[in-house]
Amino acid sequence: MSMRRLSPVLVMVAGLIGLWYLAAVPMNVHEVLTAAERGGAEVSPPSAMERRDMGNWALVLRNPEHLGASWSSQRPRLPAPHVVLVELYESTIDEELNGRRGLVRSGSLSNRSLVYHGLVTLNATFVGFLIGAGLGILLAVGIVHSRVMDMSVMPWAIVSQTIPIVALAPMIIVVLYSIGVQGLLPKAVISAYLSFFPVVVGMVKGLRSPDGMQLDLMRTYNADAATVLWKLRLPASVPYLFASLKIAIAASLVGAIVGELPVQQGGLGARMLAGSYYGQTAQIWAALLVAAALAAVLVWAIGAAERRALRRMGMMA
Amino acid sequence: MTARPVIQASQLDLTFVTADGPVHALQDVSLDVPPGAFVSFIGPSGCGKTTLLRCIAALETPTGGKLSVNGMTADEARRARAYGYVFQAAGLYPWRTIGRNVALPLEIMGYSKRDQAERVARVLELVELAGFEQKYPWQLSGGMQQRASIARALAFDADILLMDEPFGALDEIVRDRLNEELLRLWARTQKTICFVTHSIPEAVYLSTHIVVMSPRPGRITDVIESPLPAERPLDIRDTPEFIEIAHRVREGLRAGYEE
Ligand SMILES: Nc1ncnc2c1ncn2[C@@H]1O[C@H](COP(=O)(O)OP(=O)(O)OP(=O)(O)O)[C@@H](O)[C@H]1O
Ligand SMILES: [Mg+2]
Repeated sequence: MSMRRLSPVLVMVAGLIGLWYLAAVPMNVHEVLTAAERGGAEVSPPSAMERRDMGNWALVLRNPEHLGASWSSQRPRLPAPHVVLVELYESTIDEELNGRRGLVRSGSLSNRSLVYHGLVTLNATFVGFLIGAGLGILLAVGIVHSRVMDMSVMPWAIVSQTIPIVALAPMIIVVLYSIGVQGLLPKAVISAYLSFFPVVVGMVKGLRSPDGMQLDLMRTYNADAATVLWKLRLPASVPYLFASLKIAIAASLVGAIVGELPVQQGGLGARMLAGSYYGQTAQIWAALLVAAALAAVLVWAIGAAERRALRRMGMMA
Repeated sequence: MTARPVIQASQLDLTFVTADGPVHALQDVSLDVPPGAFVSFIGPSGCGKTTLLRCIAALETPTGGKLSVNGMTADEARRARAYGYVFQAAGLYPWRTIGRNVALPLEIMGYSKRDQAERVARVLELVELAGFEQKYPWQLSGGMQQRASIARALAFDADILLMDEPFGALDEIVRDRLNEELLRLWARTQKTICFVTHSIPEAVYLSTHIVVMSPRPGRITDVIESPLPAERPLDIRDTPEFIEIAHRVREGLRAGYEE
């Protein structure tokens, strides 16, 4: 990326970080004042009962001298960015290099590190993405070739996406558990459930993208449906496929994380929920950052594959 | 016209059913095309030239009348791959090189790899595109793309060539060259050619038969058999015979308008 494209991004990021630091002051003011009071300082109003009913901003205005601790509070509601970065470092590099269970000392990834949990999530994401994308492509081919499928599958596919996944995920996990399926597969199923839909929609559009003349040409050759699919519809749908794969891989990641929430068996979702049980907000944010970075890398990877494929097909200079 | 006609239409009728009522595109079209003829269809926009060509190709089904191609129904002829069709736009597949675009019908029709390579090389030579086999369509000019699409229609052994305004989008000079090439190609291959055009000089220069059509509903108003010799240099367009035929075509077109 050139400097000229990079600098607006940097300005944006700097602005957001500034806002974040600012927001930490009112968000953490209750905890900060409680800690200060415990340390023997004078806060106003002095009683915790009274403070509880007061607005955050009012407390901020009445206790300016104590606010320095807002960014280093022990149990912050909103941890400051550097606190999250420290947590991120400690739960990845530091844990693996120096931790008792880390890679260096034990020879395997520590189950307390985000590297390990990120890989668990990534695994489920990949399996779910492959199932979802494969299913999506098959359904799209069916929909384009069969009127019955067009009329019957599409409405159900749309309905399936209107059910909130957070409500559905525990049910899927319980149902699959009751028939003895657990571990990776239930998460992959939820992940596939979220990712097949954009692929169906994109591929149906792509497979129907050849114009009348391109289809008529095939008719003049008396080509059968399989030939038309293979030599015309599929190649024409490639740009549409990649556009929907980018959405699908991000949806797969979300699906995998949601699938990890109900069962504490590792993964970024499990870390987030554990963090919220124990009030470890920095841990939640660190897991969130790893998830965001994973999403960015996955979408970028699909984009790279897209550029390669289109260049090989001669559709990009 | 002594030999059995390659294309035989009698009292063809076609009405499109559309949302805002029926469109009568062809009415009472009767026509015999003898083998080896070069037939041009000329007429004002919307008079049904494309529709007639598409009927012959079995891409459209007439609502009345009889149509036979190579002694079969039009659809049987299509299944037998009796014709090559050149659309108004080149319509090359952008993900295929020029060579692979030309090979497309050959792949579908199951020609052997060696035969495919030979034929692609031969027809690209014929349309003066040798050396462009590895290029993608967007790397070629519009005229070159159109020639590639003609090569694609020539690659397999169909003895009928249906062409719908193949040179419509090209400038005069390129058009002249392609017209000359097309005549030479027709002489060499002995194909029967149906050719739709808007240009009177083009129709007169190329054809053995000129079919003049009138609009709403599309009918044939005149069929002119050209007395011009088979050997036609470009400057034949300045001879009195040529000008006389062109005049007759123009009269026919005007008559169609005034009705
Ligand atoms: N698929 C269709 N559905 C409905 N009407 C159609 C259809 N195809 C053509 N028509 C109508 O039939 C008439 C003849 O159309 P056609 O395309 O054959 O004209 P044309 O002579 O080829 O015109 P041009 O010289 O502009 O290409 C027109 O009025 C057109 O609107
Ligand atoms: Mg037309």
